Amino acid sequence: MIAESVRPSEGASSLLAVEELVVHYPVKMPFLQSLLIRDKPVVHAVDGVSFALRPGEILGLVGESGCGKTTVGRAVLRLADPTSGHIRFEGTDITNLREKELRPLRTKIQIIFQDPHASLNPAMSIGRAIGHPLEIHGISDDPEEIRQAVLTIMREVGLTPEELLYDQFPGDLSGGQKQRAVIARAMILRPRLLVADEPVAMLDMSIRARVLELMLDLKARHNLTYLFITHDLATAKFVCDRIAIMYLGRIVEIGPAKEIYADPKHPYTRALLAAIPVPDPTKRGPKVLPRGEVPDAIRPPAGCRFHPRCRSVLPSCGWEGRDFVEFLEERWLDERTAQAEANLGPIDAWNYEGLAARREAPENVAGIPETIRRILESGPPAFAAAVSSIGFEEREIVVRFRRPDDLRPKLVEGRSVECLLY
Amino acid sequence: MAAGETLGVVGETGCGKSTLGKAILGVMPGNAQVRGKILLHGKDLLTLDDESFRQLRGKDIALIFQDPMTRLNPLLKIEDHFIEEIRAHEDVPRDEARARARVALESMGIPESRMRNFPHEFSGGMRQRIMIALALVMRPSVLIADEPTTSLDVIVEAQILEILADLRRAYKMALLLITHNLGIVAEVCDRVAVLYAGKVAETGSVRDIFAKPIHPYTQGLLKSVIHLETKELSSIDGSPPDLVDPPTGCRFHPRCQYAQEICTREVPALVEYREGQSAACHFGKDFV
Repeated sequence: MIAESVRPSEGASSLLAVEELVVHYPVKMPFLQSLLIRDKPVVHAVDGVSFALRPGEILGLVGESGCGKTTVGRAVLRLADPTSGHIRFEGTDITNLREKELRPLRTKIQIIFQDPHASLNPAMSIGRAIGHPLEIHGISDDPEEIRQAVLTIMREVGLTPEELLYDQFPGDLSGGQKQRAVIARAMILRPRLLVADEPVAMLDMSIRARVLELMLDLKARHNLTYLFITHDLATAKFVCDRIAIMYLGRIVEIGPAKEIYADPKHPYTRALLAAIPVPDPTKRGPKVLPRGEVPDAIRPPAGCRFHPRCRSVLPSCGWEGRDFVEFLEERWLDERTAQAEANLGPIDAWNYEGLAARREAPENVAGIPETIRRILESGPPAFAAAVSSIGFEEREIVVRFRRPDDLRPKLVEGRSVECLLY
Repeated sequence: MAAGETLGVVGETGCGKSTLGKAILGVMPGNAQVRGKILLHGKDLLTLDDESFRQLRGKDIALIFQDPMTRLNPLLKIEDHFIEEIRAHEDVPRDEARARARVALESMGIPESRMRNFPHEFSGGMRQRIMIALALVMRPSVLIADEPTTSLDVIVEAQILEILADLRRAYKMALLLITHNLGIVAEVCDRVAVLYAGKVAETGSVRDIFAKPIHPYTQGLLKSVIHLETKELSSIDGSPPDLVDPPTGCRFHPRCQYAQEICTREVPALVEYREGQSAACHFGKDFV
């Protein structure tokens, strides 16, 4: 279990505790096909995530699209069903509560989505939309009382002149005003925890700061706690007390924002920070970027999920048969190389499963292991070093990799890092 | 724009930056009224008839979009997109077109074995690279890139921007980069034009604009960028205007903290205040 995470005894002092959360989504496929496949594929959206949120803090959940950050946020609100693991709120395990039992909880946890336009019913006036949660949760059925509560919260979030805007519709409002209305609607129930999923990503740069200031202001005034989900490391740095960097369903680094930004430890965190465009033309320079793209979450890489792209990778990080086949494919983009190594090709002849890559041996096998060894030498040193054997098994050429080392989060200089370098 | 130059066009939603790109390419909706001049190698594109424009499009000027799926046909194999594009402009046999497609795709890291795949079988970054390869297969002299990396993650974005910079150098191509991201402008552009409500507020070299912006809008926009060194949040009051009924005079005046009476009345001209740096502000000289 991740070092940052809470033991049950600590769970009581944190507002929210997420423990070993797993959320898998089934892959949609035609019904007949689903009958034929025994091990049905799943998307490993969240694969063992733990963190705790102390009252009054802002925890940033940061990562690229598909890393699972939004799914974590949805699971906290039970909008996504956990496959396993636990979610505790105010010390109560809410993982398996039924909808009826969840109801009272929903007044205490609210969510703000990225797209304010899609979050508001275009046919409902702003005032009604903001007051709607009071009706839904049966907090008030007195129209005048609701109206007064709505006008108060509208003033608080800066939706003024509130009397005028009350009867307007989302279409009449600017993007910034719409997001204020969404925040007002979330705030009217006086929640303790706000899950903010990319709350400013859709807003223009010149007004983003105002919405962030509003959120910080509300937090200070009402002692709110935020789970701030974003892909934008710069915004997270400004807003968050602590941040958790996610990659393919795992938290790879979590700790105080100040320390992580000053000295990122996980190679993925470093890569993310290096990739951000800097708005200063005098600071241009070549970037050291990870190879390729985020792999498919249906079959995440073995070992550390970042290993195929990592610039600091070790032989023990999780190299597998698939890495070998993908390496060949990339190598043979160059036609001359592909021709020179034609006795190993074509790429379609290669298969992989787990730690091994294999293909049917051709008639003449002379020199093949040597060629493979030479090819491996041209890749990252850790890749070649991870190969445990190259040989022939039942008329197949088989390239095998060593088993990856166990990967556990470790406490490194005030934060928890899941990386074998430490 | 000179050959091999990268001009960044920046602005917020609705400032007209995408419309500008579409107008240059002549792909405006039928009810649009396009006036002015668009000169390519000295020839005014607006005087061309539809057929001549069609010949030019893709061959001399190409466009890449934010979303590759607006360019890629989901029912067409990748190689067929290229064959179609090449044969629309040149009378070459399919095999030769396919060979050229292979070279273009391989230069973007897409192996030959994937040429017969359909667009949905590729990742987002790969699709973007395919679209770039497709835009460049005819070696256009001008490439218009409309938010080419906005839907991509930051690492893939950086990869694509490097590819674009390499291509521009290799082909001496003029690149018009339309974006709302000032970080991208700072990293890849030579010059920049800041658009506000359908007009150029300021234009100049990237270094000058970032170091000593003149127009109050440029100043405010640069300050409102949240980056890793941000110590204090800043924003511009109000929101961009409705262009059905734009503000009189300087269109920025309702949001401008320096606005005077003249700003509500007279449209400011774009004046060169420093060598190569022009701004459309009545009080431009006060900010130099």
